[in-house]
Amino acid sequence: MTKSLFFRPLLAVDGGAVTVRVQQDNFDVGREIAAITRGNLAIGAVASFVGTVRASNDGSGVSAMTLEHYPGMTERALEAIVAQARDRWDVFDALVVHRYGRLEPGDQIVMVVVASAHRGEAFAACEFIMDFLKTEAPFWKKEETPQGLRWVDARETDNCAAERWKTT
Amino acid sequence: MVIRILYFASLRESVGQEAEELVLPEGIDTVGKLRSHIAARGAQWDAFAVGKTLRAAVNQRMAPADTALGEGDEVAFFPPVTGG
Repeated sequence: MTKSLFFRPLLAVDGGAVTVRVQQDNFDVGREIAAITRGNLAIGAVASFVGTVRASNDGSGVSAMTLEHYPGMTERALEAIVAQARDRWDVFDALVVHRYGRLEPGDQIVMVVVASAHRGEAFAACEFIMDFLKTEAPFWKKEETPQGLRWVDARETDNCAAERWKTT
Repeated sequence: MVIRILYFASLRESVGQEAEELVLPEGIDTVGKLRSHIAARGAQWDAFAVGKTLRAAVNQRMAPADTALGEGDEVAFFPPVTGG
């Protein structure tokens, strides 16, 4: 733990709101970063991650994928993950935007932006949020391949990535 | 006791429906017992069989097998998640 509980109420007042959006529409990470950082001169670091659709997966071409989610639970799960990250690191603001529906190679799927005073917290919290999003947020991908439609299987490497945060 | 059950992704396709209302039989009072109860419906419900990887949520929170069920609960079953 790098942050004491004592500071939580202060952050809740001074920092931005935890924000999560699940949407069909595309997003503009630059615009989101600008909105988060505007007016907060205590921010010294902004880490961002954008996940995109690959044209191949598991040895097969992918012409498109459809992302399904669980409206309500998906937002709650993402909010819980962001809240855990904010408990763990000093973070001014964190935003997760995740898309659903049909997406094609090159399309953006997900973005995470974390703003903090120094880079260490921003990098760590951003990676933490993505690792847990992969294993705990209810989304499912169905790919269109030359062999037909197929649901993507969960990866063991994703479980390992989330597990490692539990021992540090 | 009546609950609402939701099925997602590959599970929704294999069971051929996305939701149902169910009057819980006597003694079916946890997620694990509900899973066994559903598995016994027949071949179309094979994804619920012992040993098959399946996740559950009760009222939109991840729920292990020993989670108790209550009147009006929303219980969801789905495969491991693959977002991001």
